[in-house]
Amino acid sequence: MSFLEYRVKTAPAGLSKVFYVHWALVLVVTAVAAIGWLMLYSIAGGNIETWSEPQMKRYVLGLVMMFAIAFTPIWFWRSMSGLGYGIAMVLLLVVEFFGTVGMGAQRWIDLGFMRLQPSELMKVTLVMMLAMYYDWLDDKKVSRPLWVLIPVVLIVVPTVLVLMQPNLGTSIMLIAAGGAVMFAAGVSLWYFAGVLSLVGGAVTAVFMSRGTPWQLLHDYQYRRIDTFLDPSADPLGAGYNIIQAKIALGSGGWAGKGFMQGTQSRLNFLPEKHTDFIFTTLGEEFGFVGAFSLLVLYALILVFLLVAAMQNKDRFSQLVIIGVAANFFLYLAVNLSMVMGMAPVVGVPLPLLSYGGSATLMIMISFGLVQSAIVHRLR
Amino acid sequence: MRRPARDTEASTRRFTRRALFMGGAMAAMVAVLGARMRYLGVEQADQFRLLAEENRVNIRLIPPNRGLIQDRNGKLIAGNEQNYRVVITREDAGDVETVLNRLSHIIPMTAEDRADILKEVARNSPFVPITVADRLDWETFSEIAVNGPALPGVTPEVGLSRVYPRDRDFAHVVGYVGPVSERDLEGLENPDPLLRIPKFQIGKIGVERWMEDVLRGHAGTKRIEVNAVGRVMREIDRQEGDPGDDIRLTIDADVQNFVQARLGEESAACVVMDVTNGDIIAITSAPSFDPNLFVRGISQADYSSLMEHDHRPLANKTVQGAYPPGSTFKMVTALAALEAGAITPETTVRCPGYLEFGNRRFHCWKRGGHGGVNLERSLMESCDVYYYDIAQRVGIDKIAEMGRRLGLGIRHDLPMSAITEGNMPDKAWKMERHKQEWRVGDTINASIGQGYVLASPLQLAVMTARVATGMAVHPRLIRSIDGKEVEVAPAEPLGLSDAQLKSVRRGMFAVMNGKAGTARGSRIADETMLMCGKTGTSQVRNISAAERASGVVSNDQLPWNRRDHALFVGYAPADNPRYAVSVVVEHGGGGSAVAAPIARDALLRALYGEIPPLTAYPADQRGRMETLLKELPLRRPDGSLPESSKV
Repeated sequence: MSFLEYRVKTAPAGLSKVFYVHWALVLVVTAVAAIGWLMLYSIAGGNIETWSEPQMKRYVLGLVMMFAIAFTPIWFWRSMSGLGYGIAMVLLLVVEFFGTVGMGAQRWIDLGFMRLQPSELMKVTLVMMLAMYYDWLDDKKVSRPLWVLIPVVLIVVPTVLVLMQPNLGTSIMLIAAGGAVMFAAGVSLWYFAGVLSLVGGAVTAVFMSRGTPWQLLHDYQYRRIDTFLDPSADPLGAGYNIIQAKIALGSGGWAGKGFMQGTQSRLNFLPEKHTDFIFTTLGEEFGFVGAFSLLVLYALILVFLLVAAMQNKDRFSQLVIIGVAANFFLYLAVNLSMVMGMAPVVGVPLPLLSYGGSATLMIMISFGLVQSAIVHRLR
Repeated sequence: MRRPARDTEASTRRFTRRALFMGGAMAAMVAVLGARMRYLGVEQADQFRLLAEENRVNIRLIPPNRGLIQDRNGKLIAGNEQNYRVVITREDAGDVETVLNRLSHIIPMTAEDRADILKEVARNSPFVPITVADRLDWETFSEIAVNGPALPGVTPEVGLSRVYPRDRDFAHVVGYVGPVSERDLEGLENPDPLLRIPKFQIGKIGVERWMEDVLRGHAGTKRIEVNAVGRVMREIDRQEGDPGDDIRLTIDADVQNFVQARLGEESAACVVMDVTNGDIIAITSAPSFDPNLFVRGISQADYSSLMEHDHRPLANKTVQGAYPPGSTFKMVTALAALEAGAITPETTVRCPGYLEFGNRRFHCWKRGGHGGVNLERSLMESCDVYYYDIAQRVGIDKIAEMGRRLGLGIRHDLPMSAITEGNMPDKAWKMERHKQEWRVGDTINASIGQGYVLASPLQLAVMTARVATGMAVHPRLIRSIDGKEVEVAPAEPLGLSDAQLKSVRRGMFAVMNGKAGTARGSRIADETMLMCGKTGTSQVRNISAAERASGVVSNDQLPWNRRDHALFVGYAPADNPRYAVSVVVEHGGGGSAVAAPIARDALLRALYGEIPPLTAYPADQRGRMETLLKELPLRRPDGSLPESSKV
């Protein structure tokens, strides 16, 4: 139990914790969120009530939660990891088996003031669970098959549940973030090489066998993969978003059309312009300069996180920060590649910008954990 | 500094190494994203700017016409009507309030309406058109069009909206449409782009909902050019979509209307089924409601009055209602006993008016008892003790098996909402559900369709059709889709012996036509259409020993919701069955007095294909029937309701 070995006296206590909070991180996060409010205001046609105001409220709620978590010692959150993972798992099962409403499955649980998506909760708790596992595990055993199998099961079970919802984007993120924590924890590279070559081999086999008598999937399944990979084949369905998004980004040019001057979003060309596709409005109205600045802010957040992870000497803290960084990176990488037409549309929001409660709150909560690790680290 | 024991020098170095590697990977990805931004926003910018600004070509969806729903003869049940409406766009209107003031000279608007519109306008983006008024007549509509220059931002539009000309007759069957909700979209991985059109209407319940895919059709597209503020300049080309397919139901709208009128304001349900192919001719639940209210947007007052009505007009009692079938269940018990060889049609049971079992006394409805009773008499006079006795000889499991063979306790798949399975209990069911052993007392209760047995009017009609034909008739509601007949597989035989079925049918014949038949008063006089049937009266409350001693309180003296349910099942003609019917009147009292006459009228209406002639009724009832039939609020041939019955 490493936290027992902390020299607790060296960790700041009481109000002095305020001085140890990573304020630069808070500032950048707030700046990104503020860009989001501005864009939501613009997309609503200069109306603050439609999207901007609720999103600000959620952010403030998230900020309060972040500080509450940050001021609670990280070893407390470590001891909560198992419970958190268990709760997220139960909630996932609940929406899986009891969430059927109307025409399809429902992915969320209604809390009254917001809809909680258990899959978002799982993104945080999975990272905590894995960090706790590797904190407990003897370093010598990290790469032994049995001890590798356990975290794999911890990752795969919720992933399968999320995949059944069906929510491809979140499943990919769970696997990748879980893999990142395992990687950082020092699991032998051979495992990663093995998994990558297996997946690569399987994908190659599926595609190479196409058209031969041994083909592995049905023809219609191949066609489905085709439209998934190349949405422009279906310009009114899956491809419509991508085409319009690219036009919006491209027409922004170097400096954009100016605040509230984006025609693509104003003329309603863009669906989901306030959620997953919010980046397109930024690109249209503020151009390459605006879009690139956002990317810089995101990069800054990632740098802060990675540096904080390396500075930390506590294994749980290190791994949680790495996991949070991986999650955050995946959000933005998947969303931006999707919006810019480099990846299929899988429904992942842009962190801190997209309108929506679960993702925003979960990101703020995970930053709370990071801050707690920073505040309570060995100095 | 003391390190935590598990953190060795080596592992820390490894962590740093790997964290740096991940940082490198992330940096590479960020670089790729940045390069892509540059590519799209700088290098390709001219091309995209052209796409976005010079050629403001927008692809818009054209909503397809929704498929019609017709009755079996092509009478319109759900159609589309042109809807003239007026929308206002904030950014074009400038001062919305002034424009609304001017508009109110043409369309009457209350201050409240105006406040609602202003609120709606403020809540949405300035370019979103807000509906000011819809369902305008042509004069008003053209007046607004002519005054266009004085009304900036106001656009008259023509759209199609759903209309149900036979409003309340089909409210429960066909259901209604409504705008797509967030909830409808949840869980659809790849929703039809049509569903994203604001206020696009989709089926919410009933056939409209369950046949949504057939009715909706496919969107067409048009390419239009818009100017800098989004005003449509011209249409470049258009590709029409496919309208939804028309659906013909098996229902006969006139029979449906007749039955609906006949049920009146009772809380009741009636199903008429063609036993030869399972076609549902009429399926009505009363009281009903006007589905057009839901399409137009129901007012809070109307909605709460529907919700609070104790006769539950919104419920579709024909398939959602699960009632104790009472004595209408006796055919099941009898057939189970006959098949098991526990009795023959001649087996006689003595009925002293009750049966004692253990320390409980199970009463027959007739206090003095029926004396010696055989199968035919037991049905004709609905003797309970006979069934208490024979049920004990066969046991519940065989009865339940027979019930399921006849269509009880199973879900009949029709495109309607919330279809109940009813309940056909057996030993395993009680163990699973109540964690209790099945008791003989339960069998005795079940034998006369009380206790745990529950059935919907639809199930009772299916049961009757199966008894009448000996075939596993399956109900169906859709006759054809897009002019193509829906295939119906010929019904399989149930595997019941003809002789046994005949003996039960003889009993059902005696119910209607026998001297002491419980439903003799509701017989059909037309010799070619004689009717078979069975009455049922099911208790919704327990009668205590004390109450029985002091005389059972008659139904008239009880509050409405404590009275017995009145049930009836039957078919006709007796010698060559064509239609089966089931009627449930909630808290209606006795099956013979309340439910049977309705069932007879429904059967006659279906058999004659028109209002039945008085000769079909027994001579002594013709006078009464003449007034009753004349006063029924039936639809006129054009489908409209007589003035007197408008709600």
